[in-house]
Amino acid sequence: MSTTTTPPVAAEPSTPIGKTADYLDQRTKIGVLTKQLVRKVFPDHWSFMLGEIALFSFVVLLISGVFLAMFFDPSMALTTHHGPPAIMDGQLMSVAFSSTLDMSFEVRGGLLMRQIHHWSALIFVAGIVVHMMRVFFTGAFRKPRELNWLVGTLLLILSLAAGFSGYSLPDDVLSGNGLRITDGVIKSIPIIGSYLSYFVFGGEFPGEHIIPRLFTVHILLVPALILALIGVHLFLMVLNKHTQYPGGGRTDKNVVGYPAVPAFATKMGGNFFIIFGVLALMGGTMAINNVWNYGPYDPSPVSAGAQPDWYMLFLEGSLRLMPGQAEIVTWGDFTLSLNILIPAVVIPGLLFTFLFVYPFVEAKVTGDHREHHVLDRPRNVPTRTGLGVAFLTAFVILALAGSNDLIATHFALSINTITWVFRILFFVGPVFAFWVTKRICLGLQRKDRELVLHGHETGRIVRFANGEYIEVHRPLDEQERWLRVNYEARRPLEVEPATDARGVKRKGYKKDKRWQKLSRFFYEDRVEPVTPAELAAAHAHGEHDELEPAHEAPALVSGSGTAEREH
Amino acid sequence: MSENQNPQGPSRDVARHDGDGTVAQTDRFVDPGVPEHHPRLADVDPKAAKRNERIIALLFAISCLGTIGSVVAYFAVRPDGTTPGVRMSTVLLGVAIAVSLFGIGFAAVHWAKTLMSAKEYTEERHSSSSSEEVRGAVQQQFKDGLEDSGIARRPVLKGAVVSALALFPLTIAVPLVSSVGGDWNVGSFRHTIWKKGTRLAYDPSGRLIKASDLTVGSVAHVIPDVPAEERESHEWITEKSKAVVLLVRMDPRDHKRDHREGASYDGIVAYSKICTHVGCPVALYEQQTHHLLCPCHQSTFDVADGAKVVFGPAKRPLPQLPITVDDEGYLVAEDDFNEPIGPSYWERLK
Ligand code: HEM
Ligand code: FES
Repeated sequence: MSTTTTPPVAAEPSTPIGKTADYLDQRTKIGVLTKQLVRKVFPDHWSFMLGEIALFSFVVLLISGVFLAMFFDPSMALTTHHGPPAIMDGQLMSVAFSSTLDMSFEVRGGLLMRQIHHWSALIFVAGIVVHMMRVFFTGAFRKPRELNWLVGTLLLILSLAAGFSGYSLPDDVLSGNGLRITDGVIKSIPIIGSYLSYFVFGGEFPGEHIIPRLFTVHILLVPALILALIGVHLFLMVLNKHTQYPGGGRTDKNVVGYPAVPAFATKMGGNFFIIFGVLALMGGTMAINNVWNYGPYDPSPVSAGAQPDWYMLFLEGSLRLMPGQAEIVTWGDFTLSLNILIPAVVIPGLLFTFLFVYPFVEAKVTGDHREHHVLDRPRNVPTRTGLGVAFLTAFVILALAGSNDLIATHFALSINTITWVFRILFFVGPVFAFWVTKRICLGLQRKDRELVLHGHETGRIVRFANGEYIEVHRPLDEQERWLRVNYEARRPLEVEPATDARGVKRKGYKKDKRWQKLSRFFYEDRVEPVTPAELAAAHAHGEHDELEPAHEAPALVSGSGTAEREH
Repeated sequence: MSENQNPQGPSRDVARHDGDGTVAQTDRFVDPGVPEHHPRLADVDPKAAKRNERIIALLFAISCLGTIGSVVAYFAVRPDGTTPGVRMSTVLLGVAIAVSLFGIGFAAVHWAKTLMSAKEYTEERHSSSSSEEVRGAVQQQFKDGLEDSGIARRPVLKGAVVSALALFPLTIAVPLVSSVGGDWNVGSFRHTIWKKGTRLAYDPSGRLIKASDLTVGSVAHVIPDVPAEERESHEWITEKSKAVVLLVRMDPRDHKRDHREGASYDGIVAYSKICTHVGCPVALYEQQTHHLLCPCHQSTFDVADGAKVVFGPAKRPLPQLPITVDDEGYLVAEDDFNEPIGPSYWERLK
């Protein structure tokens, strides 16, 4: 980094790279953009790599997907399969299934690519979810990044669509049954259900259109949308500049980190190869979706214990938990399948609505219009952290319920019992998780206060001449302290009174009051950061904390924490 | 961007009063500034730097070997069409590719971490919004543009442009929607290919079933008897999706009730195999309890008691196929189902 004030003048281009750059710049002014990007400062933290996992898995999906698309034939025409594997030789099946078998057995590296593609899909969605958790728990979704949070949530939904449409392509028994369940859910939609089912399948289930349609969705529509939204996502990320974790010198007005070139870019490039390597290793060594074991789609057989991909488990579990009694017949003899609508439409709808609206609700109850670039430590926003954990708990309980048959056989329990346990847990679990998490956060905040006020325990016990024992505490250095005091304990909203100075009723008072209630829920319990005055007071009280044994020369009694203590 | 050498002074915005519900604390600690930069071993010790250089070069070399290995594996291991053969080729290729990728990845990360500058820089952030002047100018431009177009003064034009834009998607939507659902004949949900006199056949062999073939406690997966050629078409798969039946023979004394009056034959009951929840094939029969379990979401039907739901997310009993035997002793259907099979839908009872 040059600190001289006279900018260097570009040398006459002589190398091929220099000449190319000159050619491009004369036509695009690309130099200006590059200058900004090359030295853009990026903060560094391991958790900022989670988004990279999602991004790079997607790149691997594109690479392996193009390979698959060369050999996969998305046709539902029936054909007699000739060739390996032996159990499938001579069977009647769709061309799609047959080409999947050929790709696995006769295209060298084909099975590897299929498995890499499938593992990448699982890791892609997992990467998105974990990345989202990082963003949520650190408050990175706050202004000005709410829009990018929305883009991210859309990406999550699109990733589920991509995974689902891909999973259905090989036209095997499992994917066919998955489609049949989808058809059942579509039919449950009031009024237009039957027509929607025809819309999707081009007639009655399964018909002969669904695989070609899903193929277009899978390799064109959804990837194009994902690609475009990833573009928007990264553009906004660069525009807003990355958030940073709290620490000395980090404020909402600056960004502390490393320039993009070379170290940051090199590391990122390296991460791509490492993630690709992990996926190649998984694809090579861990069998997944060996469709010849299930056979081509046939509406009759079904295998017990079959599991959808993990990101669909929550829907499966939600369907399993709902009691059938909810299906009702309305007046006019119309059937309202609430036993399907609630678990398959309403519950996921609520989960995604929570994700979409959360940043706006939190800003509203915080009364917050400022920009935030320094992240929160999760403990410092106990209610948000609690809500996040409650959300994940609900998600995990539903996903576990989606494997209740496996749990039942594994632990030799009755499936009815397990289902009932999960039904109750679905309501109790998130509330309990919220409460516990919030308590833990508040506890950690109090511990931070303690630490700032009294310093680290050193384990050294000293004895004063008067017989008093104390443990020596080492005060925090200023960086450690700053990390623990540099936050705001947000407070519930104040609302303006119901009537103005002249006693006239104010419009919107009721609404304000409701927001205030929610705001109280968020911020009633809080732990304020230590102030310098408090620290000074603490030192005045417990002066001996600061004392070094050498000063007073009391006998060193014990180096361990077992001795009698005053504190 | 500036290099961080000295800790900065207190940051102004921390103590700023923000007047938006949070109480400003003037009594706050002072930001100690960016922590001091500690050089790494390789920054100060040329020997350490040299060692790291060698490690990085070695990692790149390993990557080259991995790539060569993958090409060798590709040509040397020809899968022979058996599952173990394919698996072998997959493992070798996968591991070799992974080595090639890991070599590059770890080399790059190690290079960045040990040899490239690790000095932190601080860059100013600017407000995310544009300045007031810019906003004002843009507003003015839009106002001028609107004025120039005259749309406010010419309401006819406004109506015309809105109508044209709102209507034109129909040019694509109408042809699409009218074809995308096939014949749109959703009434087909009501019928299956079972009709009076259709013989019951084993799935998938198509062999006919005599009542005398079935012992008490046995279960059979059943399809309607159609000519073998007809079973090699798409229409068949779609019809089969609705027509599959599960046949159970129980001791007539255990058989409490039919779902459809008189539909069983001598303790033999034929129920639709398509779950009334969301349509999986129900396939797990428990002889002692006469319970039929759907593996998808565990709806449980009591076959001895009109296939009513005893547990799970389904609400309605499975539809029953009325059966009897013909002169030759083969099981035959007496009629189609008298209600739509499978999942519920809005106009099911219409
Ligand atoms: C956007 C993210 C994507 C996800 C989450 C995803 C997911 C999946 C999944 C789970 C499968 C089933 C694989 C299996 O058979 O085990 C699949 C199959 C397939 N995907 Fe993708 N995919 C994505 C992008 C792509 C792209 C960009 C292409 C092509 C350009 C593609 C082409 C294919 C093909 C041809 C198949 C069927 C081959 C087969 O089943 O063996 N995919 N995808
Ligand atoms: S489809 Fe049978 S229980 Fe859901």
